[in-house]
Amino acid sequence: MQFDQILQYTLSGLSTGAIYALIGIGFSIIYNATGIINFAQGEFVMLGGLLTMSCLTVLKLPLWAAIPCAIAVSTLVGILFERLAIRPLRQPTPINLVIITIGGSILLRGLAMLVWGKDTHSVPPFSGDAPIAIGGATILPQHLWILAITLIIIFINKIYFYHTISGKAMRACSYNRRAAGLVGIDVKRMVLFSFIISSAMGAVAGIIVAPLTMTAYDVGVMLGLKGFCAAIIGGMSSGLSTVIGGLILGVLESLGAGLISSGYKDAIAFIILLLILFFRPQGLFGKADSERV
Amino acid sequence: MLEVSGITQIFGGVTALDNVSFSIAKGNITGVIGPNGAGKTTLFNIITGIYSQTAGTVTLEGKNVSGFPPERLARLAMVRTFQNIELFGGMTVLENVMVGMHTRSSSGLLACALKMPWTISEERRIRDGAMKWLEFTGIVDLADHLAGSLPFGKGRLLEIARALAVEPRIVLMDEPAAGLNSQETLGLAQLIKRIRDLGITVVLVEHDMELVMDICDRIVVLNLGRKLAEGTPREIQESPEVISAYLGDDD
Repeated sequence: MQFDQILQYTLSGLSTGAIYALIGIGFSIIYNATGIINFAQGEFVMLGGLLTMSCLTVLKLPLWAAIPCAIAVSTLVGILFERLAIRPLRQPTPINLVIITIGGSILLRGLAMLVWGKDTHSVPPFSGDAPIAIGGATILPQHLWILAITLIIIFINKIYFYHTISGKAMRACSYNRRAAGLVGIDVKRMVLFSFIISSAMGAVAGIIVAPLTMTAYDVGVMLGLKGFCAAIIGGMSSGLSTVIGGLILGVLESLGAGLISSGYKDAIAFIILLLILFFRPQGLFGKADSERV
Repeated sequence: MLEVSGITQIFGGVTALDNVSFSIAKGNITGVIGPNGAGKTTLFNIITGIYSQTAGTVTLEGKNVSGFPPERLARLAMVRTFQNIELFGGMTVLENVMVGMHTRSSSGLLACALKMPWTISEERRIRDGAMKWLEFTGIVDLADHLAGSLPFGKGRLLEIARALAVEPRIVLMDEPAAGLNSQETLGLAQLIKRIRDLGITVVLVEHDMELVMDICDRIVVLNLGRKLAEGTPREIQESPEVISAYLGDDD
């Protein structure tokens, strides 16, 4: 009985954790390319979910068309955000940029509230909702979708950053922006790329989680903070450590909520965040000077 | 090839460069020398787009490039190296050079996302090209090491290899021999000559007089922000103004 429960909590924790990991990687990619913590990251998660919902209900698109459409629109918002809010700054200081992303996040949330209202909306699961039994626990097909899509995205990410010249150029920017400019890398374009990748990944996270948790104009706040927490645990790496960070966070949160009290669910994430920041600010796995891409 | 005319740079009340003009012929190795504080590095920073000058113009192959940012200059085939080497520490030696070939790569983000097999074959082509530059600079055996773990002298060679991978027509080197031992400096002199033999114009700021006199075709001497002299190494060595600037006047 007890074991089954723990298995159940762990499994559902893993799938929420995968979502946190995707959002966290979005944070890391932008941070590594620009040094900015993009607090608007969560809003792209919200946009992904709500836009999918609209594509399905208003445009009557089938799910397979609604999802790319929602990702494309969210990415477009990401591009506009970089163009209109980040790039025009001539001498950006980190604090300016952080405040701008917070402002952008409030703006996006406000606009979303005007468009979609304050109600919670649902998105249908990708392939039914017949539970699947694993050991003594049950999971939904959507959980499997989440895990599979997260894995695929992380794999593509890895290929992009390590095996394409454009990805290498982006890593180069994160190691030494000055030298990157000197070898002819257009650092500003790389910043734009980083916003494109992160907003698309955020949107994907929002889309795959929406069938499980429902979605609303303000889901981005909490999901964004949890993703940030995953990125911090992973030492702002856009690779495996942030994935593990997200999974640890998801599982601990789920176990804590199940075994102690669901009221503490969010508190657990933030206690972990604080502990990491106090004791291992370089991330759980990082050496003092960790590899960050 | 490269022409600077009337370059003046004022920092606050200090005139770091005062109306400096000279031109660099294609295929030459030109040394810029001068006592400390003469404005050599400032001049380099202006030419390579890191500072923007108070007055004057920089012309590269007939095109006015004053105020162009470094990445645009790199695309116009002008690159530089730094006195304190600037590498991508967390990437391997090979990857550092591959990134240098980035401007010659045609695949953008979308191409990478949509046409994976094609970009991977391009990656292979770039990898082979990068290996050639590592062979040229003699560090091919270190290809898989992390750039951050290289000893200083090898790091300098890597920086040069990366600069060459941009396929420049002109390379500016800021004190390439700084921090090298005499053995490494000899190797560097040979390397710089081989770079010129590829048809690449080289400009260097350097304190090591032996190196400068050995390899440079022409020398520009700066002192206190002004051009003091310009000529072949022999002319410079015999110039009374230069001797007095370096050694002080007799009177």
